[in-house]
Amino acid sequence: MAPATPSTHSAISLNINGEKHALSVDHRTTLLDALRERLDMTGTKKGCDQGQCGACTVLLDGRRAVSCLQLAVAAEGREITTIEGMATGDQLHPVQKAFLDLDGYQCGYCTPGQICSAIAVIEEHAAGWPSAVTDDVRPEAGPPPLSADEIRERMSGNLCRCGAYVSIVEAVARAAAAETRTVTSADLPQTEEAAA
Amino acid sequence: MREFGYQRVFDVSGAVALLDADPDARFLGGGTNLVDLMKTGVERPARLVDVRELPLDTVELMSDGSLRIGATVTNSDLAAHPEVRRRYPALTQAVLAGASGQLRNMATVGGNLLQRTRCGYFADVTKPCNKRVPGSGCPAIEGEHHNHAILGASDRCVATHPSDMGVALTAFDAVVSYETAEGPGEVPLSWLYLPVGDTPHRETDLPPGALITHVTLPPAPVAANSRYRKVRERASYAFAIGSTAAALDVQDGVVRDVRLAFGAVASRPWRARAAERVLIGAPADAETFAAAADAELAAARPLPHNGYKVTLMRNLVVAELTRLAEEATR
Repeated sequence: MAPATPSTHSAISLNINGEKHALSVDHRTTLLDALRERLDMTGTKKGCDQGQCGACTVLLDGRRAVSCLQLAVAAEGREITTIEGMATGDQLHPVQKAFLDLDGYQCGYCTPGQICSAIAVIEEHAAGWPSAVTDDVRPEAGPPPLSADEIRERMSGNLCRCGAYVSIVEAVARAAAAETRTVTSADLPQTEEAAA
Repeated sequence: MREFGYQRVFDVSGAVALLDADPDARFLGGGTNLVDLMKTGVERPARLVDVRELPLDTVELMSDGSLRIGATVTNSDLAAHPEVRRRYPALTQAVLAGASGQLRNMATVGGNLLQRTRCGYFADVTKPCNKRVPGSGCPAIEGEHHNHAILGASDRCVATHPSDMGVALTAFDAVVSYETAEGPGEVPLSWLYLPVGDTPHRETDLPPGALITHVTLPPAPVAANSRYRKVRERASYAFAIGSTAAALDVQDGVVRDVRLAFGAVASRPWRARAAERVLIGAPADAETFAAAADAELAAARPLPHNGYKVTLMRNLVVAELTRLAEEATR
């Protein structure tokens, strides 16, 4: 017996930057198109639409992903973070600030994707993930320093047609170093020690 | 793109029942290959069954020392797993050599093994392709084939399998477990992909509607000294033009154990068993390594524009085994 013709649309709810958005989607709609065309969140950019350029990078459950190959209907139930959700009020995210301070862009079209990707790169590195240029990937070897080579490899999924790579690498390095200082500095909240 | 139905499944039996009922349905994992192929019209499923939330997302070290990898484990989680990095470092290296950080976060192990070739004629629905439309022809043989197969191809198809992960899994004797509406089954990864022959459109030995559930790596002490090396046309984020996954154990200057597999040279990850036979028990030196490479590559049938791969693979084998021999005796 032939299977019943399936419905080709769904009413879904997307959790974007902490807010729920209800919408009805044709299943063919990518998350990228839902963000830009349906929800007017145009910070996320469409470059190649084939998963090759990284302009559409967002975070899904805290991990970077290309929204052009992510179906919107399959993103229901996941925490979606776009470039619009990176700042806290008027306070830029440290990675946004580093891109501004060091001119990590020229035309700016790839920049939202670069920044979303860089934020995740810094977290992945902090979690101890090796990369393709890490010589010894065994856990006993410890995490590699976030060198320029490591940054270039980890950011290779984000293309910049203007060629702003030199400043992008510097911006990622500066933001990562600032984050490391924060973590190791004495002005960390002392709550756990105080409780102990 | 053709319109399609979408269903999310939470248990394996529900997933295989849906595919059993609808031959036009496809499993959706990370979607990094399938969604792309749907945009270009190469894939035209009537229904997607989203398997990403199946309880198959863990890597487990079993009591017999084998490593059981769930099919929905992402490439990123597989590469970062401490037991993978410790016991099979070449597998971590292979996964990290593939795609980008974004895609590795989305892509799954099961999907990686079943991804389709990146042959430009396969991807272009305006061109003939025996893999996409059986009997329509293979323009690559007379056309653009500088990155096509040199081993195991036929006069019907010269496409390569694009996976890096699969090359390391093949070197380490991975076994693929699957589920169907009629019950479970398993097949060694070396046998999963069918010979090209006259039927390049038939790619795997999986029964129709089968869902890969796990990939299991048997214990292999030799794999602790292993490397994956990938050669490509740019430094990062590109498919291989040739790659090796190699593991080597050397005692008193003699090869005690070895695993060797090639990527980007055939329609499947290519286990280099002829080379392994030459290596076992032989002196661990450059002469042996070259002889082993030659033994494997004797079967190579390059086309006018991909003969360089024979030299490339020979050099890769010698370089990687030399490096592993040094590291094994350090």
